[in-house]
Amino acid sequence: MTPTISLKPLAGALALAFLALLAGGALLGLLSEALRGNTEGFAAFDSYLWRVARFTLLQAVLSMLLSIAFAIPLARALHANPDFPGRPMILRLFALPLALPALVAVLGITSIYGRNGLLAALLAQSGSEIIPNIYGLTGILIAHVFFNLPLATRFILASLDSIPEDYWKLSAQLGMRALAQFRLIEWPVIRRNLAGIAGLIFMLCITSFTIVLTLGGGPRATTLEVAIYQALHFDFDIARAVSLTLLQLTLTVAVLLLLSIAGRPTEEGFSLRTTARRFDRPYARARSLDTILILVGVLFVGLPMAGTVVSGLSADLWRLLGETQVWRAILTSLGLGAGAGLLATLISLVLVTAREDTANRRRYGTPGIFERALDLGASLIMIVPPIVIGAGWFILSRHFVDPFRLAPVMVVSVNAAMAIPFAYRILRPAWDTAASRHNRLCAELGIRGWNRLRLIDWPVLRQPLWIAFAFAMALSLGDLGTIALFGNDAVQTLPYLLLQRMGSYRTQDAAGLALILGCLCLLLMILADRGANRLKIREVRSDG
Amino acid sequence: MVEHFSEGSRHGAEISLESVDFDYGEMAMHFDLVIEPSSIVTIIGPSGSGKSTLLNLIAGFEPAKSGRIFIEGKDVTHAAPAERPVSMVFQENNLFAHLDVAANVGLGRRPDLRLDDADRAAIMEAIRKVGLAGKEQRKPEALSGGERQRVAIARALVRKRPVLLLDEAFASLGPALRHAMLDLVETLQRETAMTVVMVTHHPDDALRMGSTLVFLDNGTIAAKGPAQELLSEQGPPLLRKYLGAKDSDL
Repeated sequence: MTPTISLKPLAGALALAFLALLAGGALLGLLSEALRGNTEGFAAFDSYLWRVARFTLLQAVLSMLLSIAFAIPLARALHANPDFPGRPMILRLFALPLALPALVAVLGITSIYGRNGLLAALLAQSGSEIIPNIYGLTGILIAHVFFNLPLATRFILASLDSIPEDYWKLSAQLGMRALAQFRLIEWPVIRRNLAGIAGLIFMLCITSFTIVLTLGGGPRATTLEVAIYQALHFDFDIARAVSLTLLQLTLTVAVLLLLSIAGRPTEEGFSLRTTARRFDRPYARARSLDTILILVGVLFVGLPMAGTVVSGLSADLWRLLGETQVWRAILTSLGLGAGAGLLATLISLVLVTAREDTANRRRYGTPGIFERALDLGASLIMIVPPIVIGAGWFILSRHFVDPFRLAPVMVVSVNAAMAIPFAYRILRPAWDTAASRHNRLCAELGIRGWNRLRLIDWPVLRQPLWIAFAFAMALSLGDLGTIALFGNDAVQTLPYLLLQRMGSYRTQDAAGLALILGCLCLLLMILADRGANRLKIREVRSDG
Repeated sequence: MVEHFSEGSRHGAEISLESVDFDYGEMAMHFDLVIEPSSIVTIIGPSGSGKSTLLNLIAGFEPAKSGRIFIEGKDVTHAAPAERPVSMVFQENNLFAHLDVAANVGLGRRPDLRLDDADRAAIMEAIRKVGLAGKEQRKPEALSGGERQRVAIARALVRKRPVLLLDEAFASLGPALRHAMLDLVETLQRETAMTVVMVTHHPDDALRMGSTLVFLDNGTIAAKGPAQELLSEQGPPLLRKYLGAKDSDL
């Protein structure tokens, strides 16, 4: 047999080079600026900077603690009541915030807790003088808990679901009360995953941009990411932007190091598995407490979403859809989103196949540098946050071109990079399983190259590729970070236009646009979810 | 300590199922069965014939659709698992992985693990009886499969329930280990006089224990009698066929 030269490692190297260029260029831009400015860049490490850094950490810690403190009893209640009315719907509801663009959620939250929101109306009706003010730490915390409580609940519920049914049989036979059950059965399982879940939420809150930008109340309640944006966008204070970015980078790397010690939570949190049966008869008091907990949780997550829909429908949708500016924004968003989705899927596929190919060649040796680099490349964006990449390229490119002209390229590349960790995790198991099943058979039958792709790999990969694409596109559609830096009158995406209308106090328009954006993202997520379910059914069948 | 351990536990309970119906999806099951106090009963039958369901009905993990279940003459048809005088050992997951041997056994005394000195003494004694003395502080991961099942049996001992149910408890052990476990159960049964009901895939387990054999087929009790007789060449044809005899003509 003639040894065939595989294109896979080469393609993998190209994909890595692209990612390295994206992150490296940004870091280079920052570094050269920091050195060029001599002392100026570092002089910007003043009290303002430390205050921002402190607030960034504070809000992330509080958001994490609040989310988890409520998620544990909530997940317990959901687990203890497998036949709670509408339970599957509740779990679906808890999956929605994941698909919701932050900007849409912010509008929904404002419609409930804002000055003119539902809560204010209820307070006014009861004769209270209190007018709720959600701008500042309160609003940031509400929004972060809105996103992370359902996430944490699903993760913890997945942990509880992993408890073998025999344990519940035993605890029923031994006559354990609720407290003993929690201490001896539930808590040990939850604890195992808790560090990972807490770390993930902390990381998401530390790099949260949109929520802090829209709900933060000026310089007192701002985070590093937003401060970077403001330094570049309003003050054009490059020195400050550089020092902020370096601080943000240090922070994320430090947190990631801690996270790698804590370990990742198991990713079953995204499935809708039914809970194992419980065999004990819960006491009436425990049951009603669980009911209250679940209702509060459902209201907290559901109300802002309902608020988005209600205020969106009360906007003049027909007039909005008649505006060319709106249509251009929708089309721009769809175009850039599709581009980012394609790029993310392509790069992830290349990384996955190159990794498998390399691992296959070495057989039983330890993974080489290239193989590990392929894995690391997939999660690059975790180390170098999008806003850092955006800021770096913005600073670097202004020496050569007008940075705003780079908007489409930057949005597509950075959004693609953001989606790669997810797409990689969707594609890798599918590809690796298929490869381990087919490699020897294909070698024996001499199926290679185009034939193998067409006959063997494509049928297996079609579904996961589509899921990865839909997910990446939805993520890109809702992203505000990069477009906020590079957006301008010529290139406007839907979130950018939404932010503009909010800024000029056209609240009705903003609500209508939020509904449109939310529906688009949701549609893509539902399609991806459908695909994922079909995939699971197929896997079960081929296993049986 | 020995006296403390065996106090009041020297008895077995009668179990009776009166026209118990149970629907397992498509399959309807019907059980009419009396198990004599302090007997050893072995349940065999093809997979899906309802062996585990029968045990789950007795333990209270499955609800009977109709009919009544008595243990020690008391109607337990609607009693919660903890209220029934039975202990059960499963094929796996009998132990909580994060608790050591002593704690896992201790749960049988106090489900919240608030143990006093008398409890601790009883636990040590039970661990010694199942041959695990010196391994009290081990976690389940540091035990072999056979040792784990011994811990589960020790827990059943400290619970002192008059009925012990074994649901293929030794199915994953090799022949020699399985026989050793059966001998252990037999010894403990002689000592405590508890009623033992076990589900197994190995008909020779029934012979070894000199037990009563119950043969299940298609959700009903197809035969019941002394194992020696039923497993001989004069046994019922359906059972002969299950055993793979060439002369079964079925």
